[in-house]
Amino acid sequence: MSQSYNRGLVEDFSRWKEFSAGMWAWIFHKFTGWMLIGYLFTHIAVLSTATSGEMVEVNAADLPNVEGTGMTEVPLYDATLGGLESLLIIRILEVGLLAVAVFHILNGIRLLMVDLGIGLEAQDKSFYASLILTGIITVASVPTFLAGVGF
Amino acid sequence: MSTQQPEPESQEAPTDPEFQGAESSVDEAERSGGDIDQTAADPTDLEGETVLIKVFRYDPEVEAKQEPRFDDFHVPFTKGMTALDAVIYARDQYDSSLTFRHSCRQAVCGSDAFFINGKQRLACKTQIAELEQPIRIEPLPHQEVVKDLVVDMDHFYDQMHAVEPYFQNEETPAIEDLEEQRQSRENREKIKMSTRCIWCGACMSSCNIAAGDNEYLGPAAINKAYRFAMDDREPEEIKEHRLRIVEQEHGVWRCQTQFSCTEVCPKDIPLTEHIQELKREAVKKNLKFW
Repeated sequence: MSQSYNRGLVEDFSRWKEFSAGMWAWIFHKFTGWMLIGYLFTHIAVLSTATSGEMVEVNAADLPNVEGTGMTEVPLYDATLGGLESLLIIRILEVGLLAVAVFHILNGIRLLMVDLGIGLEAQDKSFYASLILTGIITVASVPTFLAGVGF
Repeated sequence: MSTQQPEPESQEAPTDPEFQGAESSVDEAERSGGDIDQTAADPTDLEGETVLIKVFRYDPEVEAKQEPRFDDFHVPFTKGMTALDAVIYARDQYDSSLTFRHSCRQAVCGSDAFFINGKQRLACKTQIAELEQPIRIEPLPHQEVVKDLVVDMDHFYDQMHAVEPYFQNEETPAIEDLEEQRQSRENREKIKMSTRCIWCGACMSSCNIAAGDNEYLGPAAINKAYRFAMDDREPEEIKEHRLRIVEQEHGVWRCQTQFSCTEVCPKDIPLTEHIQELKREAVKKNLKFW
């Protein structure tokens, strides 16, 4: 039925306020899926350029994972990971990554149940449950993820 | 609900070019009725409670209505009034050119599925009292608008017919079975909900996948296939034939379980459940462990 006549506000995405639970679950699942793929490739890129074993000189005070003070030689891997972990934005993104992954997992389980035909009449409730659980786990993870950067 | 302040009517002023249109006899009546419209539709002139409905107007054949717009109608409220009653009142009292399909008025014929306040609903079983005002009444989304609330249903019917929605048998049953082909109580229960479809098209209109994929059978057609595939009175070969139809690329596998169809179905058919069950049947038919 895509031969739809342009009816302005009647068209799909401007109607987001009228989306039902199942529709939101679908959109969030797609969105988090793409986020995870994006993270996966960023992850591969960072690791594959940091595992050469080459020694680099760093200021130990800058990196949370390096002992001691002053200039010291550490493997590139430690320097890269330590450098990233010392950034607040990376810590916040890690919280976001956890939220995205947890929702994707929980909604994945929900979709598995839907595919098996279990609890279809509770599909909206299970979506809300996934959201709430994601929220709780994300909030609970904040102290761990932000440890050492202003917390 | 009190609409005390007079609201400017966006619906036809007597000078509206629509009334200088070609359909002379109707337009004459409309033109003379135009003045009456203005006052009758004014909420201050109506006694008692009124409801404001905003109805989508579009008519490619009338110059003034080629640009889609919403017309406001103030309709006197009566207890138990449905959205269909409201548009019927608006048509009968204010604007006879307001066009929509309706027939049985009791959720059986499936003619009056509209997009009411952002949801596909059957107007005749939608209570005005349960809706937020102003009530927006639009034609079903994702279908070509023919005129006002009337949409082109051809594609929907094509999809319905694609699943062969009739009882089939490979050979004529034995002579003693010809009179009556009995069905077990359990089997009747299994297909009960799926037989309730009234072909209103609300599910198809609500489906995001059907909107993007014109070849997708859609919830109603798949439900129809379910109704026959699960009927024990049809032989196994016919069931396999039915599964071959629905398991194609644009069949059951297009469903993304958004549950939009199940949510809007005026007959409460668990459409997603039926689609999912056919998916499992299709997998079972094709998976072989040897």
